[in-house]
Amino acid sequence: MTLLTEAAPARAAAPGREGAGKPMLSIRGVQTYYGKICALKGIDLDVNQGEIVTLIGANGAGKSTLMMTIFGNPRAREGSITYEGRDITQMATHEIARLEIAQSPEGRRIFPRMTVYENLQMGAAINKFAYFDQDLERAFTIFPRLKERAQQRGGTLSGGEQQMLAIARALMSRPRLLLLDEPSLGLAPLIVKQIFDVIRDLNKTEGLTVFLVEQNAFHALKLADRGYVMVNGLVTMSGSGQELLSRPEVRAAYLEGGH
Amino acid sequence: MLMETAKPVPGAPTKAAAPAPAFDLVAALKSAAFSAIVTLGLGFPLLAYDTHPDISNALIVVPRWSWAIVAAVVVFAGRFLGLLLNARPRAAKRPQQLRVPSRGETLLKANLVWFALAALVAFPIVMLGLLGSGGSLKWINNYGIQILIYVMLGWGLNIVVGLAGLLDLGYVAFYAVGAYSYALLSTTYGLSFWICLPLAGILAAFWGMILGFPVLRLRGDYLAIVTLAFGEIIRIVLINWTDLTNGYAGIASIPRATFFGVPFVDDEGGFSRLFGIEYSPIQRTIFLFYVILALALLTNFVTLRLRRLPVGRAWEALREDEIACRSLGINTVNTKLTAFALGAMFGGFAGSFFAVRQGFVSPESFTFIESATILAIVVLGGMGSQIGVAIAATVLIGGTELLRELDFLKRIFGEGFDPVQYRMLIFGGGMVLMMIWRPRGIIATRQPSIFLKQRKAISSDMVKEGHG
Repeated sequence: MTLLTEAAPARAAAPGREGAGKPMLSIRGVQTYYGKICALKGIDLDVNQGEIVTLIGANGAGKSTLMMTIFGNPRAREGSITYEGRDITQMATHEIARLEIAQSPEGRRIFPRMTVYENLQMGAAINKFAYFDQDLERAFTIFPRLKERAQQRGGTLSGGEQQMLAIARALMSRPRLLLLDEPSLGLAPLIVKQIFDVIRDLNKTEGLTVFLVEQNAFHALKLADRGYVMVNGLVTMSGSGQELLSRPEVRAAYLEGGH
Repeated sequence: MLMETAKPVPGAPTKAAAPAPAFDLVAALKSAAFSAIVTLGLGFPLLAYDTHPDISNALIVVPRWSWAIVAAVVVFAGRFLGLLLNARPRAAKRPQQLRVPSRGETLLKANLVWFALAALVAFPIVMLGLLGSGGSLKWINNYGIQILIYVMLGWGLNIVVGLAGLLDLGYVAFYAVGAYSYALLSTTYGLSFWICLPLAGILAAFWGMILGFPVLRLRGDYLAIVTLAFGEIIRIVLINWTDLTNGYAGIASIPRATFFGVPFVDDEGGFSRLFGIEYSPIQRTIFLFYVILALALLTNFVTLRLRRLPVGRAWEALREDEIACRSLGINTVNTKLTAFALGAMFGGFAGSFFAVRQGFVSPESFTFIESATILAIVVLGGMGSQIGVAIAATVLIGGTELLRELDFLKRIFGEGFDPVQYRMLIFGGGMVLMMIWRPRGIIATRQPSIFLKQRKAISSDMVKEGHG
């Protein structure tokens, strides 16, 4: 079980790239505003190398806002976001993406009029298509369905296929940190399971660090090494996935009735 | 026969066929009457009174109720017939048979572009041969060159609007920058057209960037308003900066086109003497035709190449989803600026050609209606479709020219009838019809810019459905 406090001191000693457990992304006291409305009221959160970290919370808690704030859109008004010892709080979104962080944003945001193949190609734009053929093969191995649909427009795919495409597109940039915003939204349980299996596999086999925002608390916490619970723009609880699952408050608010 | 899937009621006779939907006479009459009343209401101010000034410039109102009544009757009959015909059961769609296209057909389809190109290249020569030097001038100049200018402008704007999805209502500004660049550089410094052409393009691209910077954060309607204002600003500066641009009077006696330095004159050292042929003023026109054809093809070629390059795909992705673009590491600022600059550059080329063709430029040529026409060409053609834009330009510009030809209508409607006056009415009507039948333009299918292994015959049909 890794707790918040353990991660903090390690941040000072510039973390190396290899070796699990070292903090990759640390968020300290981040406040984000939409105009005068305070959406994030000082968030502290860590994602360590090789972990799957999940953030759960109700609608409007600020989960997606945090996800977007990490990518600099909107920018944090207070606090700092550090990625591998580098302050990325004020960086432009596209520059953050070039630090090998990839995002599968809320609502998938695939390019509807472009084909599946073209969508995947856009994902590989960052590293100038250096590993495009290899990565394409990998994406098609992970999601065979996408290979069948390669020449089809993104907009003609079903919801689940679009979600697969969004994740596959994010993976095309060979990220070391993958941010996933509600990959289970609006999907059938079987497809949710498929997608979560893929996330687990990528984490196990390739050591991909994953930060997962979810409403589907049960699955997300089961999958995650650690979890955070967010309420009204504040992190109220954190701990290992198992620990959070057994907490009565979490059960009452996010699990019972829903599942 | 969907009805038979319903549970059969015992005893009830099973229907052999679904009954044709009954034609509701009363409803149809009501609907037609309503349309007629609306027409009367609209016709009352528009048709029922004829207003014109008399000799002393006082307004005379002549009632002509018959017009409004005739219009109402026509609408009534039209609506009723429309409903009647609609109610008739349509013949069941025959299952489409897989028709194997003949060899000639396949050959034609595969090489359509080359055939079209050959036809364009041959066009002035054929016209000259058929109609002689006097008769062909109109066709080469008013149709050929005029349409090609708008094809080129359409293709230029297509980069900005069709590919990058940035709605630009002030495109004519770059056309003006190009035209005035050539006009001023050639009259002041005596530079030749071929030197001015790239300069005009660079200047226009520069202005494209100037426009691009402040509007980086804008999209959609807001972007349209700012670009509209930009177009007007350029025009008003051209009007008021009289020291440089000579204001409304414009710049006249701009050096005419030369054949790479050889002037088209009936003189020693002229084009005709050089090549040992008889002098004819049409030679310059034909040369201009080939120049604009080459410029337009250059625009098309560059656009098609860029679509396959990362920057072109970034434009299209930008049109689809800006936030997704940024989170994939695409610098949207550069992407937008290159789109604005490149689109503007081709506008500048076209403007510079316009100046050398006319020999005269004035702010009158660069009004908002020009921007609107170019935008209409892009939208009607189908955003992002090169062929669609070319077709739309031909129909729109060629159609306007064609209206001048319809002299026989004068015999029907009387001497005072001028079909050109109805241009905007026809244009508007055409727009409405397009909106109903082809809301995404003449060519709505977007061709993917890359293919997995090879271009499959089936792929374009499969991507046709759904969004986009």
